[in-house]
Amino acid sequence: MMTDAIAAEAHIPKGALARLIQRKLALIGLALIILVVTSAVFAPVLAPYAPDEQHFDGLTLEGAPLPPNETFLLGTDLLGRDLLSRILHGARTSLIIGVAANGLSLVIGTLIGITAGFFRGWIGALLMRFTDLMMAFPALLLAICLAAIFHPSLWIVAIVIALVNWVQTARVIYTQTSSLAERDFIAAERTLGAGTGRILFRHILPHLVPTIIVWGTLGISTTVLLEATLSFLGVGVQPPTPSWGNIIFENQTYFQSAPWLVFIPGAAIILLALAFNLVGDALRDVLDPMQRGQD
Amino acid sequence: MAAYLIRRLLQSLLILLGVSFITFVLLYVLPADPVRQIAGRSATAQTVENIRRELGLDQPFVVQYARYLAGMVQGDLGRSYLQKTEVAELIASRLPATLLLMLGAIVCELAIGLTMGIFAALRRGTTLDHSLMMMSFVTVSAPQFVVGLLLLYVFAVKLGWFPIGGYGTFAHLVLPSLTLGILGSGWYSRMMRSSMLDVLRADFIRTARAKGLGRVRVVLAHALPNAILPVIAMIGIDIGIFMGGIVVVESVFGWPGIGQLAWQAIQRVDIPIIMGVTLVSACAIVLGNLLADLIAPLIDPRIRLK
Amino acid sequence: MKRLLASTAVLLALAMPTVAQEYTPDPDAQPGGSIVITYKDDVATLDPAIGYDWQNWSMIKSLFDGLMDYVPGTTTLRPGLAESYEISEDGLSYTFHLRAGVKFHNGREMTADDVKYSLDRVTDPATQSPGAGFFGSIAGFENAGPDGLSGVEVVDPATVKITLSRPDATFLHVMALNFASVVAKEAVDEAGADFGKKPVGTGAFKLGEWTLGQRLVFEKNADYWRDGVPYLDSVVFEVGQEPVVALLRLQNGEVDVPGDGIPPAKFTEVMGDPAQAARVVQGGQLHTGYITLNVTIPPFDNLDVRKAVNMAINKERITQIINGRAVPATQPLPPSMPGYTEGYAGYPYDVEGAKALLAGAGLADGFETDLYVMNTDPNPRIAQAIQQDLSAIGIKANIQSLAQANVIEAGGAGTAPMIWSGGMAWIADFPDPSNFYGPILGCAGAGEGGWNWSKFCDEALDAKAVEADSLSDPTKAEERLKLWSDVYMGVMEEAPWVPVFNEERYTMKSERMGGEDALYVDPVSIPVNYDYVWVKQ
Repeated sequence: MMTDAIAAEAHIPKGALARLIQRKLALIGLALIILVVTSAVFAPVLAPYAPDEQHFDGLTLEGAPLPPNETFLLGTDLLGRDLLSRILHGARTSLIIGVAANGLSLVIGTLIGITAGFFRGWIGALLMRFTDLMMAFPALLLAICLAAIFHPSLWIVAIVIALVNWVQTARVIYTQTSSLAERDFIAAERTLGAGTGRILFRHILPHLVPTIIVWGTLGISTTVLLEATLSFLGVGVQPPTPSWGNIIFENQTYFQSAPWLVFIPGAAIILLALAFNLVGDALRDVLDPMQRGQD
Repeated sequence: MAAYLIRRLLQSLLILLGVSFITFVLLYVLPADPVRQIAGRSATAQTVENIRRELGLDQPFVVQYARYLAGMVQGDLGRSYLQKTEVAELIASRLPATLLLMLGAIVCELAIGLTMGIFAALRRGTTLDHSLMMMSFVTVSAPQFVVGLLLLYVFAVKLGWFPIGGYGTFAHLVLPSLTLGILGSGWYSRMMRSSMLDVLRADFIRTARAKGLGRVRVVLAHALPNAILPVIAMIGIDIGIFMGGIVVVESVFGWPGIGQLAWQAIQRVDIPIIMGVTLVSACAIVLGNLLADLIAPLIDPRIRLK
Repeated sequence: MKRLLASTAVLLALAMPTVAQEYTPDPDAQPGGSIVITYKDDVATLDPAIGYDWQNWSMIKSLFDGLMDYVPGTTTLRPGLAESYEISEDGLSYTFHLRAGVKFHNGREMTADDVKYSLDRVTDPATQSPGAGFFGSIAGFENAGPDGLSGVEVVDPATVKITLSRPDATFLHVMALNFASVVAKEAVDEAGADFGKKPVGTGAFKLGEWTLGQRLVFEKNADYWRDGVPYLDSVVFEVGQEPVVALLRLQNGEVDVPGDGIPPAKFTEVMGDPAQAARVVQGGQLHTGYITLNVTIPPFDNLDVRKAVNMAINKERITQIINGRAVPATQPLPPSMPGYTEGYAGYPYDVEGAKALLAGAGLADGFETDLYVMNTDPNPRIAQAIQQDLSAIGIKANIQSLAQANVIEAGGAGTAPMIWSGGMAWIADFPDPSNFYGPILGCAGAGEGGWNWSKFCDEALDAKAVEADSLSDPTKAEERLKLWSDVYMGVMEEAPWVPVFNEERYTMKSERMGGEDALYVDPVSIPVNYDYVWVKQ
């Protein structure tokens, strides 16, 4: 895309935090994130039951799930487990994968983007052609193939997502680095005999920090959605670990008669992804006004 | 222009070659033996080895890939391991469904997204603007399968307006298109809003207003055509996003497109089908991006082809 | 709703493979009309040498015939394209006398050359047939190739002689398999690898039109060699239909039989409505769902551990999870299979007993292992129920939920300690007890890549199985079934499997469908015997 953005001169604008807090949408997002983090951290305390306990009284005689009732506040799933407990514990899965996969994809993307942008020449060309190639892959098919090669566990799912997701970050970082590398002050540093490492770490990287923060936040939302999708297809997080995506996968056949089993975890996914999108967008406005409106 | 086009097409070919290579490697290291799937459960070890030799799967990786490439160059994507039908024919029989869905999705995206964007821009700063922009955030934060199942539940199960899935008539097309349309509308509405705001600030609009033309007329006749163009350029990129997620929406709605074909093939390591669908999808993505890059300078003369 | 299991079982109890000569046609049957059948998945191929799916199995049966056939709605053999046959004293040679005047759909008369060609073709590695392995007892099978099978000889245009390398009591069943269907050579030559889309056989129906991924139409073969059938003028198959959609369309009268059955989420609703329940036909299925315990991987090499696992599984609960559409299993054979051991109760559900066995094996604290399962619903759910049962006796089983091909690979390679068979489970290819042994419990399947995922190999049981299958004399059928019953009881003593349940089939039909219920749960033509059903005008 035409991300011809000019990096902000200042690393992080003064008063950014104050301006962030003034934004209503960002506050809503932050509140949602705090809510999910709290449920994730305190899941064992908050959840009325163990998430994988199959209650004998949790199914009807015909094997149908129970609707919300006094014992099971959100009803039970198709194995007679408490849905509320699974949703609370599912928050952990989403957050762990969101943070781990996105962190990894950020590292890969930044490394490739900086290297390609700074060194140009054949290394840069090669890396960017590789990035183009990854862009041409149907993302989900690639993720499904990767998940089939490595038997999926929580961490494998995180790695698979990172391997599919780093491309956008790499392209943005590349664009910024290559425009920074042409700046006068970098040229000056070079003539003064500064080493490559010094230029990269003292001068280029700090300028990229706002971008990395923005992409890091928005990326969590993408990651959460991809994890949910893989789990929905049955190739994500392994049972009985609850994930909002695999709760829907397991109960989908009953969605007509027991819609809560699909739409409660569905709402949880939307809220979490929304929260990171809201905060990420606000951060972009605050930290990096030049990029506004460009995606 | 011609030179640029040729260079881009060559690059695209190289990218497709790369995609084919990486996919082939991934499927080669996949811990599942396609021959076991073909030979069936009563097969003797001898039968299994015979079939392996017959398909050339006993050859080293390089030979197998070279053979695949040689076929691909001649437009031969091979035959399905399990169905024995030509992959090209299987894809051709399902591609119309996928393309139809893509068309429906783009129409819905544009209809919803542009309308939202225009109203938000015209009512800038009002509650309507804020709500519409909040909506656009929600749509980019929702997974396809949740929205798809929700639409199915409300409009098919509860209201009975549309079929619960399947393919064949216009009514079948509505819900899957709408699912993709709602999800894709977020980006379009935000692009449209900012593009519209830019145009409304432009000199020629002020001139038109100053001439005393009515507000509605100015918006429809002058602002809209100019604001819409940069947004249209997004469609190319959108094709890529569409192809990336096709497996999910097709499985939710039982849509008989290439996504379902690939999904079933992955279950049973029918490698020629997986390769074929990946390549066709990659082709669509590459062409979409090329289209987007070609349209951009036509719309905005400041962007030049590099 | 009628329950047909009992009546099928009675028929099965008749000594096999004696051959019932004729089938009494339905006196009420009316010719004419057309029906609509739906399936979710596309039909892969109609080539009888290749097709091995749920949906194309019965379609191929209606397009093609083999030398042998089954009495509709039963598992009783009857002659097909062969009018009669003789078995030699030593049970090693079968001479089939072909019916005169049988014509292929292209009008040419079928001869002994076609029979030989078809058997040569299915065993030729170039055909890549998943059914080639069934013909292993024919002489010359090891050298099968472009030169054909040496054991199949054309005596004259109306006679084929097949020589076996070992006595095989199941051979007539093998000749009734789809894979043994007689095809027209010139049609195969013309279509090449596309024969599966342009099938030419001698069956009751011929392929009319086929729009890939959407619909197929079968048209009545007016020259069909069996008198009076088929009744229907045509059968329309609509594919790509979700089971839920198919059921709604059936309720609207647009569909006659939903090929994939009643979807789980709708099951309670349908059974709760007397009008709809009356049109449901229930029948046994030659299917067993089981857990394999890999006897080469410790601690499953310890018999007591395997017994403990058998006693730990709450089979009632698991059948409840799948809406009671199955019966708990006690042994590898399903109840409707000849050779099933009546009165055998299997291992009891006894958590304390299981714990005691584990403690006796020095594993009082339990152990950790992996349970492999195919990743489509309801299998991961069933695996989690198994997981919970195991945890009650201290076994921590980690679930590996993978694509079908990956599970089969791990099972074949012998790296999977436990596998839940759902989605890949054994549904009999033909109604004979031997079909549940060789590839999945015998030494032959225990090698690298074989389907015997327990890697269980007991030479004594194998010898007994061979002894049983060499009793090809029809008068010794009872004795043979007794031997098979002993084999499976021997298997249960060694406990390489946990038999969990036998699936029941529930088919629904529209108001206008006629023909006895047995045709709708035909154990061989699954899901419906298209040749014999009819519609009320």
